[in-house]
Amino acid sequence: MSDIVIGVLALQGDVREHLVALAAAGAVARPVRRPEELAEVDGLVLPGGESTTISKLAVLFGLMEPLRARVQGGMPVYGTCAGMILLADKILDPRSGQETVGGVDMIVRRNAFGRQNESFEAAVEVRGVEGGPVHGVFIRAPWVESAGAGAEVIAEHDGHIVAVRQGNALATSFHPELTGDHRVHGLFVDMARGYKAAGPL
Amino acid sequence: MSSTLSENQGPETGTARVKRGMAEQLKGGVIMDVVTPEQAKIAEDAGAVAVMALERVPADIRKDGGVARMSDPDMIEGIIAAVSIPVMAKSRIGHFVEAQVLQSLGVDYIDESEVLTPADEVNHSDKWSFTTPFVCGATNLGEALRRIAEGAAMIRSKGEAGTGNVVEAVRHLRQIKNEIARLRGFDNHELYAAAKELRAPYELVKEVAELGKLPVVLFSAGGVATPADAALMRQLGAEGVFVGSGIFKSGDPAKRAAAIVKATTFFDDPKVIAEASRNLGEAMVGINCDTLPETERYANRGW
Repeated sequence: MSDIVIGVLALQGDVREHLVALAAAGAVARPVRRPEELAEVDGLVLPGGESTTISKLAVLFGLMEPLRARVQGGMPVYGTCAGMILLADKILDPRSGQETVGGVDMIVRRNAFGRQNESFEAAVEVRGVEGGPVHGVFIRAPWVESAGAGAEVIAEHDGHIVAVRQGNALATSFHPELTGDHRVHGLFVDMARGYKAAGPL
Repeated sequence: MSSTLSENQGPETGTARVKRGMAEQLKGGVIMDVVTPEQAKIAEDAGAVAVMALERVPADIRKDGGVARMSDPDMIEGIIAAVSIPVMAKSRIGHFVEAQVLQSLGVDYIDESEVLTPADEVNHSDKWSFTTPFVCGATNLGEALRRIAEGAAMIRSKGEAGTGNVVEAVRHLRQIKNEIARLRGFDNHELYAAAKELRAPYELVKEVAELGKLPVVLFSAGGVATPADAALMRQLGAEGVFVGSGIFKSGDPAKRAAAIVKATTFFDDPKVIAEASRNLGEAMVGINCDTLPETERYANRGW
């Protein structure tokens, strides 16, 4: 059943991998670069990429405000790596003028696990994902310095928060889209289905 | 790439997935050559996804002549300190000690580059032995696959750096894409002969035939000078672009850099490209590639 349409913010980053993972998880997946395309999706993935670049392009092309409006309006949203940074209400060390979409009550530290030489793979247990740990791919990854009362911590690595959920928003430091394991995307598609089924239409 | 982690294994760094995955994060973006921390900041503010730290841009290497080498570590560290986006740096072809130095400095990607004077005219560096990932140039599919066999985690079509002329970039990218398309039509019997012809490992040739693309990210480089050039390379199938001399050899680098970023994202929207192309000031002065003597063609370096 492919009744649910999930967009992937396609300004920059590993968009194709998310489209593939979402399709494998049973959603109709499509890239989103314009406000009118955003208006047509049931949920949205903010992909991995460069958070400063994505944020600048979102402002430049008039997507930042529509994104905030839809996330505040309850649209299911999932951010990986740079996408996690974009969902944070606060960045610990923002570049000057770096804006976020916000929506998750957390403070994120960019590149917290280090530069590329420190990028790593590790097994990560994620609450809400059945069938054993997921294969976490961490690339110049951020971590969540602190999560607010509204945000549920669903995964940690080495004592640091690497995945959170708050209502219809999901964020991971790592990149499930770079593995063949689509369970985290499955969890997100289920969230989006649940929201759509319950929503007033 | 097929390694699976068991629960009791600790974190693993420097894996093929982590190296190739890093390049996936750069897709749809522009990587800009910079020679000072100030230029690096301009690039970052303009929306670059990464910067390439080097001592002289290719246009100046051409002009100055002499041996072009890895940059001064102080300069690279200054650039690393100035920006939060990834920093790449160039080593000479086959100069694995320059690459070791770059890895020790903590650069995020090493470009084993034909723009610098080659240190070895037979061998490239063994890139598997590094934690830092490598990007390498290629003019055709065989060359790309030989670099991937040596451990390159990202490929850029070479073009002709420092000319401001996109003609070679187009030639090389089309060549790679055409050869991939041709493999798609081959049956199993033919793939062995194709591997021999391409001078590339059979396993990689087979993988490309199945995927219909390289197993790593493919960018374009060498001659991009305008927003329309960048969009052209994207429409031809490049997943992103490197811009070398094109930005900081132009009249208004900050404006041109931002314009090329916009055109790279909306590469299929002529209206956006038109807007981005307005009032950019002077582009870099180009060089006609057919007047370049063979010995001054960087794309010929690499084996």
